[in-house]
Amino acid sequence: MFPIVQAEFLAPDVKRFVIEAPRIARKRQAGQFVIVRVYDRGERIPLTIADSDPGRGTITLIVQGIGKTTKLMNLLGAGDALLDLVGPLGKPAEVKDFGTVVVIGGGVGAAIAYPTAKAMHEAGNHVIAVLGGRSRDLVILESEIRAISDEVFITTDDGSYGRKGLVIDPLKELIAAGRPLGLVLAIGPVRMMQAVAEVTRPHHIPTVVSLNSLMVDGTGMCGGCRIITASGARFACVDGPEFDAHTVDFDILAQRNRAYAESEAEALREFRAHADEYVREVRESCRLEAAHPEVRHPEEPTS
Amino acid sequence: MSENKLPPRERMKIPRQHMPEQPPEERRANFSEVNRGLTVLGATTEALRCLECAKPQCEHGCPVNVNIREFVRLVEQGDYLAAAAKIREDNVLPAITGRVCPQESQCEGCCVLGKKFEPLGIGYLERFVADYERAHGQVGLPEKAPPTGKRVAIVGSGPAGLSAAGDLVRWGHAATVFEALHEVGGVLLYGIPEFRLPKDIVRDEVNVLRQMGVEFQTNVVIGKTVTIDELLTEERYDAVLIATGAGLPKFLDVAGEHLNGVYSANEFLTRVNLMKAHDPSHDQPVFDCRGRDVAVVGGGNTAMDAVRTACRLGARTAYLIYRRSEKEMPARAEEARHAKDEGIVFLCLTNPVAFRGDPQGRLEAVRCIKMELGEPDASGRRAPVPVPGSEFDLPAQMAVIALGTGANPLVQSTTPDLQTNRKGYIAADPETLRTSKRGVFAAGDIVTGSATVILAMAAGRKAARSIDDYLHEAPAPLP
Repeated sequence: MFPIVQAEFLAPDVKRFVIEAPRIARKRQAGQFVIVRVYDRGERIPLTIADSDPGRGTITLIVQGIGKTTKLMNLLGAGDALLDLVGPLGKPAEVKDFGTVVVIGGGVGAAIAYPTAKAMHEAGNHVIAVLGGRSRDLVILESEIRAISDEVFITTDDGSYGRKGLVIDPLKELIAAGRPLGLVLAIGPVRMMQAVAEVTRPHHIPTVVSLNSLMVDGTGMCGGCRIITASGARFACVDGPEFDAHTVDFDILAQRNRAYAESEAEALREFRAHADEYVREVRESCRLEAAHPEVRHPEEPTS
Repeated sequence: MSENKLPPRERMKIPRQHMPEQPPEERRANFSEVNRGLTVLGATTEALRCLECAKPQCEHGCPVNVNIREFVRLVEQGDYLAAAAKIREDNVLPAITGRVCPQESQCEGCCVLGKKFEPLGIGYLERFVADYERAHGQVGLPEKAPPTGKRVAIVGSGPAGLSAAGDLVRWGHAATVFEALHEVGGVLLYGIPEFRLPKDIVRDEVNVLRQMGVEFQTNVVIGKTVTIDELLTEERYDAVLIATGAGLPKFLDVAGEHLNGVYSANEFLTRVNLMKAHDPSHDQPVFDCRGRDVAVVGGGNTAMDAVRTACRLGARTAYLIYRRSEKEMPARAEEARHAKDEGIVFLCLTNPVAFRGDPQGRLEAVRCIKMELGEPDASGRRAPVPVPGSEFDLPAQMAVIALGTGANPLVQSTTPDLQTNRKGYIAADPETLRTSKRGVFAAGDIVTGSATVILAMAAGRKAARSIDDYLHEAPAPLP
């Protein structure tokens, strides 16, 4: 059981959690993720670790409520707990001195990009951050990212904050201005990462994306997270989550991420109607787990 | 030989008892266990058939050398709890092995009765006494030696890790089992379906180990959360046993394998067995098989498990595609028979060459080619050869690849001084199961490649014995 020690919203349905997980906090490097199972009927979902504090023994997760599990998680707060949390998984980001690094975070992708951007800054890079969102309130972590960036561009789809447009606009300008870019790191929706890859490809600018494919175990056992690259299938959980953007087939990734779209929509409808009961159940299952770790899995009816 | 027993000639006349089964037309739509277990009368009658050989061949056929003659004698005498305790001396998971062991090629394959008649139903009897023990809630825990103060970390909670843990705690060592998933049991839990091995049985067997003093830690990925080196230094374990199994799924590497609806057997079975995806009250999704056609590729027990699971999830037609003929199938004969009884369609001498999908990336058909058998290959079986021009499309909306598994490199890649072989399995001495790293042992599928539950358990026992020797020779840790 993993107690939530702190939780606050950063944007509508985007919540930051600080969670007690001392072993993970000690080991975690930028770019790695955890698998979370919120309660005992819950699914296993991957979430990138946004930060960690080995001294306090905590990790930070930033969760955007999109489906049932993330929306349920966002109803939890300090004093609640997650039933299962495992990690740190995946390969750490390759951090070294690239000269100038452009870090692009689309929406909640900023949360995933932040730890790597910070590590790039600490490695001596000139960090240019590009933060994008549909509107002003979906641009998150601005002050954190400003603190570790040398230049910051902000774009919104509706022009409600920063400049109106897409995250690739400032990137195109940097390239047009002849700025030497050692690396572009793009994290966000699949179509955004694909667009970035297409912008940098003709200029042969090394470009890395962090891929959010569907996972079960997160340790290379199921193969459900497979990404099709120019050199064949790779597992996002153990070969990634970061990949060379110019080798990834984003269309297949987008299709695979929609594999359960129908049942996810159905689950969300059902969840919205019974959200309070779910929160009660999560609290109950964590209370039971704390009191009787040995009876965590009660008899289940056979169908 | 016990008093008042029938003479051998009379005993040989008793026919082998049949395992009661759930009728195929019922069980193909539910996840309840197929085999129902012998009754007391059935078990007693079956035990009477034992010839009580002076040199029991069956015991040599058992990878963990269970004292079969003794336990069968105790069954015949009606002392089922003593029979169970007798098995537990050598086998910590009797309710599991009584269900999933390939007895026909082990103990029962060596039974002298089998030369002229049907062999003794040793597996049925093992299952009977283990279930009796479970039902009566009094497990005969083996005696424990006084604590040695030594601590052993076991990586992986599958059959190899569990059996090693059982032996180590009996000999007075402390054993901690680390599991990457959120629940203990490894392949027994995520791999073997409920209808063949009810998960409550796995949980009960694990709880027996807990009562014996084994400590379990879930949600720990050794190699990521903690490394082998850290277990030996910071966490101060005196020895480590790597029993991670062979968990890396093999794919066909053909076009269209990325399509939605194409699964590895590991993924499909984990979603259903561990995550209960078929149960609407659980959140993990799985492809909705209802009214769809499903093709499972492979001929082993895992392929049988996957195709029978798809059938239970409501598939309209569930096909098993196997490239050799039925005779060469590695699956147990009982599993193949159960599958056929449930209406699974076997497409033997057939091999997939590609998967075809619709514009949304969903599987529509498996493109197959017919095969014929040629000259024997390295395995001694006749090699399947494609028949030119025989390609055809098998309409299917879900496919499962069950072609075996390889070595997961997670532990090896973060333990630099641990030697592996060409295929990535851990190099271990066949007798001592010591690896190239001092204090580190390896056992089960991560050494041999994928095998059976009982062979992994045998390897776990062997490793435990070797670790016990090592702990007695090793100097005490610094205070």
